[in-house]
Amino acid sequence: MVTSVTNLGRSGLSDWLIQRVSAVVLLAYVIFLSYVLLACSPDYQEWKALFENTCMRIFSVAALLAIAMHAWIGLWSVSTDYLTERTLGGKATLLRLSFQAISAAVLFTYVVWGIQILWS
Amino acid sequence: MLKVSIYRYNPETDQEPYMQAVEVDTGGKDLMVLDVLELVKAQDPSMAFRRSCREGVCGSDGMNINGKNGLACIMSLSEALKGGDTLILRPLPGLPVIRDLVVDMGLFYKQYEKIKPFLINDTPAPAIERLQSPEEREKLDGLYECILCACCSTACPSFWWNPDRFIGPSGLLQSYRFLVDSRDTATAERLADLDDPFSVFRCHGIQNCVNVCPKGLNPTKAIGHIRNMLLRSAT
Repeated sequence: MVTSVTNLGRSGLSDWLIQRVSAVVLLAYVIFLSYVLLACSPDYQEWKALFENTCMRIFSVAALLAIAMHAWIGLWSVSTDYLTERTLGGKATLLRLSFQAISAAVLFTYVVWGIQILWS
Repeated sequence: MLKVSIYRYNPETDQEPYMQAVEVDTGGKDLMVLDVLELVKAQDPSMAFRRSCREGVCGSDGMNINGKNGLACIMSLSEALKGGDTLILRPLPGLPVIRDLVVDMGLFYKQYEKIKPFLINDTPAPAIERLQSPEEREKLDGLYECILCACCSTACPSFWWNPDRFIGPSGLLQSYRFLVDSRDTATAERLADLDDPFSVFRCHGIQNCVNVCPKGLNPTKAIGHIRNMLLRSAT
């Protein structure tokens, strides 16, 4: 077994499952929002009312968390594929950890910012 | 005359690898690529490549033929050229080149060793042999035929980037061969060894392995079965 401390779920299976479940959540969210925008053509008041609904807020936070987890697993995979000692030499660990830290900070910011927008 | 372009590299004399252009008289026959290599070697004995059985059983002569991995002994010129006029031969991609078309298979075999490619059974051995029903034996079809030629693993980008951590399609096909064997009792231990982000889950299902396997096997399907076994045991 290969050990890793930076992947999301600590096991390959959990990352794989999170990736698939989050993809389903995001697909459902995109289909729902597309339907609302294309079929209902809401004005500002209807759009605002939709996002003040508790169910919509729960759905939006779920989508927000799903995109953060999905993106983290994807970016982590990219960083461990390409930013390695094999491809970049000795500086790879510092570069990889920096990339992962920046990615995590950006995703965390998006989640907090998104929640703030939903409840503002 | 057939035009052949061959990857050449002798670390003792060459600064870097180069492609050598050679012309070979095939007598108008649709020879196997290995036959062409033998004709090249007759012209230039310094040419190095592996070969043994010349009938697709030993897996020695895996190489990159006109951009696609395959066994030189069972790939005909017409199949390799696909209407083109130049045969292009390179070593298997992703592994260190020892000389010309000969690669260092160490990383590939290391991954194979990791999956413990032997039956593990702690129960007392029966007097004659451990029996299997025809149905149990049938589950090994499409798995036991792997000859470890490395064509699949060296066609896999995930193996190129992480040959030290991703087991690769060949090793995982073999792993499933032992996971599904009714005579093996180490299923839980085998699965526990695979549940990390690299060993199995670096497979993104692009199926290069299926596309190149000279024996027509399907490592992606076997990897899917391993994922399902992990899912069943962990949820």
